[in-house]
This record gives sequence, structure tokens and C-alpha cells, in this order.
Amino acid sequence: MISALLVMIGISLLLGAVLGYSAIRFKVEGNPLVEKIDAVLPQTQCGQCGYPGCKPYAEAIAKGEADINKCPPGGEEGIHKLADLLGVEYKPFGEGAAPKAKAVAFIDEQTCIGCTLCLQACPVDAIVGAAKQMHTIIVSECTGCELCVAPCPVDCISMQPLGEDIGNWKWRYPTISIVPVAAR
Amino acid sequence: MWSSPFITLPSSVSQIMLRVLIALIPGIAAYVWYFGPAILVSIALASVTALATEAVMLKLRNRPLKPFLSDNSALITAWLLALSIPPLAPWWLVVVGTVFGIAVAKHLYGGLGNNIFNPAMVGYAVLIISFPGHMTHWLTPHAIGMLELPFSDQLGYIFGGILPAGLTLDAVTTATPLDTLKTQLHLGLSVNEIREMPIYGYLSGKGSEIVALGFAIGGLYMLATRIITWYLPLIYLAALFSIAGFFHLYDPAHYASPLFHWFSGAAMLGAFFIFTDPIGSPTTRKGKIIYAVGAALLTWLIRTFGGFPDGVAFAALLMNICVPLIDAYSQPRVFGKKGDGK
Amino acid sequence: MRQLFKFHGGVHPPTHKAESTRTPIAQAKMPSRLVIPLHQHVGNRAVPVVQVGERVLKGQIIGRPDGRLSSAVHASTSGTVSAIDMQLVAHFSGLPDLCITLIPDGRDEWIEHSGVDYKQTPHTELRHLLREAGVVGLGGAVFPSDLKSYSNKHKIKTLVLNGAECEPYITCDDLLMRERAGDTLRGAEVLRELLYAEEVLIGIEDNKPEAIAAMKKAVEQDGHQHMEVIAVPTLYPGGGAKQLIRVLTGIEVAAGVRSTEKGVQCFNVATAWSTWRAIAHGEPLLSRIVTVTGNVEHAQNFEVLLGTPVEELVAQAGSRPDTNRHIMGGPMMGVDLPSGQVGVTKATNCIIEGSDKLFPPPAPALPCIRCTRCADVCPADLQPQDLYWFAKSNNFGKTQEFHLFDCIECGACAYVCPSHIPLVQYYRYAKSEIWQREREAQSAEVARERHEYRQFRIEREKQEKAERLAQKEKAALAAKPAVPAPLPVAAAPNADPDDTLQMRVDADVAKANLQLRIDAAVARAKEQAATAKPRNTDALTPAQQAEIAEIEARRAKLREMASGAGADDEPPKHN
Repeated sequence: MISALLVMIGISLLLGAVLGYSAIRFKVEGNPLVEKIDAVLPQTQCGQCGYPGCKPYAEAIAKGEADINKCPPGGEEGIHKLADLLGVEYKPFGEGAAPKAKAVAFIDEQTCIGCTLCLQACPVDAIVGAAKQMHTIIVSECTGCELCVAPCPVDCISMQPLGEDIGNWKWRYPTISIVPVAAR
Repeated sequence: MWSSPFITLPSSVSQIMLRVLIALIPGIAAYVWYFGPAILVSIALASVTALATEAVMLKLRNRPLKPFLSDNSALITAWLLALSIPPLAPWWLVVVGTVFGIAVAKHLYGGLGNNIFNPAMVGYAVLIISFPGHMTHWLTPHAIGMLELPFSDQLGYIFGGILPAGLTLDAVTTATPLDTLKTQLHLGLSVNEIREMPIYGYLSGKGSEIVALGFAIGGLYMLATRIITWYLPLIYLAALFSIAGFFHLYDPAHYASPLFHWFSGAAMLGAFFIFTDPIGSPTTRKGKIIYAVGAALLTWLIRTFGGFPDGVAFAALLMNICVPLIDAYSQPRVFGKKGDGK
Repeated sequence: MRQLFKFHGGVHPPTHKAESTRTPIAQAKMPSRLVIPLHQHVGNRAVPVVQVGERVLKGQIIGRPDGRLSSAVHASTSGTVSAIDMQLVAHFSGLPDLCITLIPDGRDEWIEHSGVDYKQTPHTELRHLLREAGVVGLGGAVFPSDLKSYSNKHKIKTLVLNGAECEPYITCDDLLMRERAGDTLRGAEVLRELLYAEEVLIGIEDNKPEAIAAMKKAVEQDGHQHMEVIAVPTLYPGGGAKQLIRVLTGIEVAAGVRSTEKGVQCFNVATAWSTWRAIAHGEPLLSRIVTVTGNVEHAQNFEVLLGTPVEELVAQAGSRPDTNRHIMGGPMMGVDLPSGQVGVTKATNCIIEGSDKLFPPPAPALPCIRCTRCADVCPADLQPQDLYWFAKSNNFGKTQEFHLFDCIECGACAYVCPSHIPLVQYYRYAKSEIWQREREAQSAEVARERHEYRQFRIEREKQEKAERLAQKEKAALAAKPAVPAPLPVAAAPNADPDDTLQMRVDADVAKANLQLRIDAAVARAKEQAATAKPRNTDALTPAQQAEIAEIEARRAKLREMASGAGADDEPPKHN
């Protein structure tokens, strides 16, 4: 009886030691889950999720602090991807958090006073300009995060939706089927 | 507005299905010739039930009626099921089998094109498991000269369940050639001795061998009109022939000849009409070959060692299950790619 | 007899070629205006180099190539540029693109041009001439020919000249080979030279016996070595480059692989002809042969100036009144033109006038019954029914696993589908969705990098500022030895910022230092105040001194009053 107990205690101590050792020895640097979540996020760095950028949001999701439906630029598909990645239920966007059409910022150059406030707000350095110089947006780099709109003291920044042209045009989902398509 | 291609072949699902129905006619004609018109009653009953069930299910599923009722697929299910069960059976047997096949096996899986199992075979399986007694009373062919029930009395039994006074069902029906073979083998007779019995003809059962031939002719018509491809039926028959032939050569007293297997039971019907059902069979060429060989093996195994008189229906259902797996592992080599196309 | 190879599948749609081959190629009438798109080729859109209102000559470059993968665009005739703007073009999207509108002056005045002897000209020069002449693949792919006529270190054995023309209705290559076999073969010889190819195999479908005869005769007459005219079986899509290469050589070129890697290159016969005109005559690509057929009174091939509005072209063939669409290309892969105003481009091999009678609207689609007729005819040996299934359910990863991008969109699957499912449209949908996702992933990656760099930059700037301050401070301290030495700073400037305790210690030290400095400054100020007299009191005029005295007196009086009213005797503090 005693010997059995001792053996069990011995084994548990040994295994505990092994586990403890391996936890230290094979510690994974950083959190790969954060990287994976970050890879799904659209990198607009817009802060609409309530976190200062995509990476912090990814970290919050990984820690279980944030919901997966806080990223409007990622769209429904982004939520689906996050749900798949994390093995959780899909969650629709909350009230008023629906994704908007992709847009880029536009600076009205007549009104711009060259205050550089928008330059400091832009998370991806997509605005060119200097103090007392007129600013302008690099359209190809703009993520449409709208962070530059609020700081502008003269309200010269507006969001312009990106139209469809031959370059970004997409084929539509075929709709001539008479049978209601269940899979969408 | 629609985009290219702007031209299509003038073919349609309903036309393909119609050709299949036409191909069934020689076999049905032989059936009527040898066994009397009772089978036509079952076919009519099954057809009406199938269309009605289809209509109800489409309505419940909120799908348009016209395109699906006119696609003829429900009729194929009905005809195949009617041909698989004894004509001299109570009317509700046909109805239950058909309703189950169409409503459960077809529509609950998503309707045309989405069913995993062949609806007719599901209907048959339900009947043979639930009502085995009713499924063994087959009509005797005219050619044997046994006591036969007049057509009017057959109708009386089918719809009213009454037989003329003094007659039992066993007196006017018989087991199938396959069933008889199995029973007698168990009783210790050899294949040759059993084949001497009056219900047997040149190759298999009297009359039923000609019906099988009729189905084979219909099948060749479908091959000629390219409704089906040759892989499945011919490889199925070849595989069945090889397996049966191998064992027949090994022990002719206990294993029936390959030709007997070909022309007994639903082998011909299965080869050309059941296994070739595109919805439940693999889509790749290699897959079709694997499917056909597997089906032949299962048919022979169930017939020889199983508890059911014929193996075609269960072979079809079991192979239906394997289709996604077979498809996944038999992808053809893509143009310009190496090996398995990966 | 050469051994021919087979490709999987294929279909035999009714060819409808006889209608448009009865009469020779006719010269189309000069249109009232030319709408010339600047993007008529694979690659970057050409950049306009003319102004609105400018007069241009026939053959003058009006759009210069932009970047390596691009091609030049020319004025098809002499006239005046009336607009450079967005106009509808021949594209599946039906969206406008940048076009130059030219009003012909009717004089058809050529720019100065002359050909070269290709045997005496370096290859790079020849390729440059092709690029400047705007020669692109005229079979429909419109890939710049200068880039294709470069073997890029791969040894090219075979040049395949594509005269198969497998799509129904189209006969422009047929007529070209019948009427212009000589120059076509000369052009092929130039291309062979450029590629150092050993042989030229000219594949023509066996439903064009006249073209085969004409080409064979031209090979013999002009004594072309290494050239062979081969009749290939008529089977759609046997005129696809990959399929024709397979039939003639047995080589399979997979999707995403360049045929040159396998030692083969393929050109369309019309491209070869244009090559000869460009090299030997210095004539850029200004016109092409277009089959006008379908719902017309007299189907025919026309030599058409690029930019000719389709409506003006089809009128010459007698378009019937019940025509409800113009299809550019064949009925299997063609584009439904958004308008009759669209200009003919380098890719326009055929205009089919469509009516509901000729091309009845498709029957409603039924579910797929997995009959695999599509798989049986697929020339790429794909499983169209599976691709359809995955595309329909937006499972794009699976579509790629099932080789969606090996699909050449030939339409054979949709042609045979008994359920009338618009299969090709599903594949195109899935492809463009996947491209879109790739674009998004790329821009997300760029945004991530820029964001990370920005954060790095902000951090760096902060650090640099801190260092600068520290340095300034040091310098200031070094200049003032009188001040008591500050307490030693315990931490190095690059100390671990996570160590909060250390930081607090540093902060305390810094505070102490600051206090010391403040005290020193106050002491300094007092010292100064004590020793130095106000400088503005020297050398005053008597009037000013009197004024000062008066003010001082007033102040004294005020002080007295305040001390009398206040509780304490101290003078008000205002230092």
C-alpha cells in the first residue's frame, strides 16, 4: 500500500519535473497564433476594432480579450477566416459596424494649410507633405483607415470610394440559374 | 445577357433520362412476355407515386415544379424500383418503397444531383429489410407450365390482398433462381443438380434470362447513343465474370457459372442502369473502373455468402458510400502536369 | 507522314465557316471616326503621346509602350485627334477604358516609313522594330510579339505557326492563308530567325483544304527550308496554342509554364504576316482582317482599320434588323460587346452579329447530375463538375487544388452540359475572386510593412531626439564647471527599458540633478542681481532723473498705503 503510493508520488514528481523542464527548455518565443491572426487581418491599421492597429487586435484576440467581429475592413469573410482559424463560431458584425465600400482618402489641395497633423495620423505613411506645404495622398498605399480625416483642422480630407475599372473588375457570381442557390 | 459560350449542344437532362427509360423497354417487354402484365401495374403505380412524392417534396422545399417534374429522373427511380420488387406484391409495398426512395434518399439529401445513394436501391433495401416476406414471392414464368394466377386475380391480390379460395401465395409463386440456388446449395445439392430444376433455362432462370438479355440490349443502345460510357458496365460485367469464373473453375459443384451470374437477378439491370447512375458513381475514369470492380466483387460476395438473395442493390449502396473517396484518389493527370496532377 | 498527337476531349460544334469564305477579303470603307483603345495588348496600357486637336499621320505612334510588357499604338490613318478619353471597349466587363478618337481626313497620308533587310539587321533591332510597330499576337491573346520572339536562353527547336482556327464562324486566318500565304511564310521565316528555331510547323485544321493547298504551294514556290504544312484534325479547341503544340509535337505545356522552356514557340499566322509588313515594309500594325458573319446578309472578311466602330463595319456586311448583339470573337469564347460604338482592336478576329434565333438564350440551369460529359470533353483533363461545385460554394482554395488555373475557358464543358450550367462563368468568377484576394493580400502585406516601418521610424526618431538632448546637455554641463557635479547617472542610455525599478532610480537621479541645476541657476541670478547695476540708469538726462525720482516717490507712497491697509508689514512680493 505504502509502496504503491510512493511509486505513484515518485512518478508524478518525475513527470512534473519533466513537464516543468520542457516548458522552460522548449518555450516558444512569441505567439505564433498572433502572427496567424495578424495574417488574416486586412492591415488597414484603422483602429476601428478599438485597438491601436492590427497587431494589437490580433494579440487581443489571441488572449481571448477581443471578439472576432470587430474588424469591418476585413468583411464577413474576415470573420469567417478568423472563426475557422480559432475554431469558434462565426459571429456577425455588431450594430453599426458593417463594412463599408473600399475608399481612399483625398485631400482638397485648395483648402489644405499644411499643418502636418494628417501626416502624423497616417499609420502607413501614405501622405506626403511638410509643414506649410500642401499635402497629398499616395493612393496606392492608402488603406482607407480614415484616421487622417478627424485630425484635419480645416476638414479638407474626404473619403473617396474606389470605383470599378477594367483593372479591378470582377466576374459576377452567375445568377441565371433558376434554382435558388443554397450555397451562398 | 450571358457570356460565352453562346452555343450549346441541344441536349438536356430530361432528354438523357428519357433515353434511359426507352432503353428499359426491351427488358420490360420480355418481362411482360414471360411473366404477364402484372409488372406494368407495378410500374404504373410506382410512376404515379414517384411523381406525386416529387411534387410534394419540391413544394415543401420551395423549388419550382415544372423543370424538375419534367426531368424524368423520378420516373427512372420508379421504374427501377418496380423492376426490383416482385410484381405480385401488395400495392402499398411499391408505394412505401417509392416514397422512401424519392422523399428520403433523394430530396432530403438536396434533390436531383445531390443524393449520395441511388434512390431506387434505397427503396429496395428498405423493403427487403422491412418486409422480407413480401419480397420473395416472384411470379413463375409461363414457360414452366406451373399453376398461374389469372391477371384479374393478380390485381385482386395486389389491391385487395385476396387470393382465390383454396390457393396460397406459395402455390402460385416461386423464389428467384438465385434464391433457389442458394437454398438448395445449403441443402447439399450441387450446382448441376439444382440447374436441372424446372425453373432454370439455358443460362439462368427460365424467362428471367431473356429479361436480362433485354436489359443488356437496352444497355447497348445507351452505349451506342453515348448516354453512358463503356467503362462502368463493361468492366463491371468483366469483373463479375472473372470472379465467378475463377471460383466456378475451382469448384463447379458449389459455385455457379459466370454466365449464370450475368443473367441472374439484377446483374444486367445493375450493370447498365443502376451502377451507371451518374449521381452516385465516380466522375473520374479510373474511379469508374475501381467502382465497377468493387461493385462486381460485392455483388458476387453477397450472392454467394450473404443472407440476401441478390447482391446488386447492396453492392450499389455500399459503393455509393465510397464514391467521394474514390474520386479524391483517382484524379486524372492534368494537361502538362506530372503524375497525379499535383 | 508526320505522327500527330491527341489531346484529351474536345467538341465538334457546327463550324459555320462556309458563309464567310465565299468572297475574298474586302477593304472596309473608311469610317467616320476611329476609336483606338490604348490598351489593345497584354501588359501595361500605352501612354498617349498626342494632344487633342493634333493632326496625325497614318502610322504615327499615338501611344508609346509603357514599360517592358507593353506595345505601341498607332494612328490607323491620317486625321485629327478629337478626344483622348474613356470610351467603351471590347472587354467582358463592359467598362470604359482610355481611347484616342481620331477623325480621318480621308487623305490616308502615311508617315515616312521604310523596311529593313532582316538578314542584315541585328536581332535586338528587329525586336525593337516589332515593338515600335505594335505587333502583338493576333490570334486573340495579343501578347507583344517582340517578347515572344526571344528565346530567353532556352533552345527553341520548333516554331509552331497556328493556322488551325478552330472556333466556329471565324475565317480570317483561313482567308489570310489563301490570299497572303507568301508574306505570311516570309514573316514566319523572320520569327524563325529570331528564335533560332530548327523547324516551322504550320498547323491548319483539315476543314480548310484551300488554305492548306495555298500554304503548301507557297512553301514550295519560295523554297522555304525547314517548313512543313500539316493538316490537323478539326476538333475544338485544337487551335488553342497549347493544344496545337500538343497535336504537332506531342509536348504538353502546363499552365504557368512558358512553351519556350519546352523548346517550342507558337505564333498565329496573322502575326507572322504583320511581322513581315513591319520588318520588310516598316508598316506598323494598323489594320487586321476581321470576319463579319452571323446574322448578316453577306458574311465576309474585311481588312479593317483598327479603331473602326463595329457598327460601321457590320453595316457593310448588311447586318439584319433583328440583330440584338455583337459578339467579338467566336461563339465559344467571344466577348459580348457593350455597344456598337466599340472600336475594332488587334484582338478582333471576328464580329458575329447575334440574334435570339441564332443564339437562343440558354435554358434555365438545372442541378449538376455528375454525368461527366464536361470532364469527357475538357482539353486540360480537368474535372469541371468538381470545379463548378467548389466555385459555386465559394470554396476557392479547393478550386485551386483542382487546378482551376489550368482551365483555358474554352467553353467545351458548358457547350455539352445537359443541365445548361454556365460553367465557364463560374470558373471566371472564381478566378477573378482569387485574383482579387491576391491583390488584397499583397496590399495588406505592403500596409503591414509600411506600418511596421513607421513604428520603427517613430521609435528611432524618439531615440535620436533623446540622444540629441543628452548630448546638448552634456555640452552645456561641460561649459559650466562652477555648478556642482550632477549625481552620477546609474544606467547606460540603452538600458533595458523594461526594468522599471532601474527606471525609477534613473528618474530620481535625474530629478535630483534637475533640482541641483535649478538651485544653481537661482544662485547665479541672485549673484547677478547683487553685483550688476541696471544698465539703463547710466547717463540719464536731468529730466529723466526727475521723472524717475517722481516715480520712486509714488511707489514709496503706494507701499506705505498698502502696508497700512494690509495685515502684515511686508511689502508686496513682485519679483
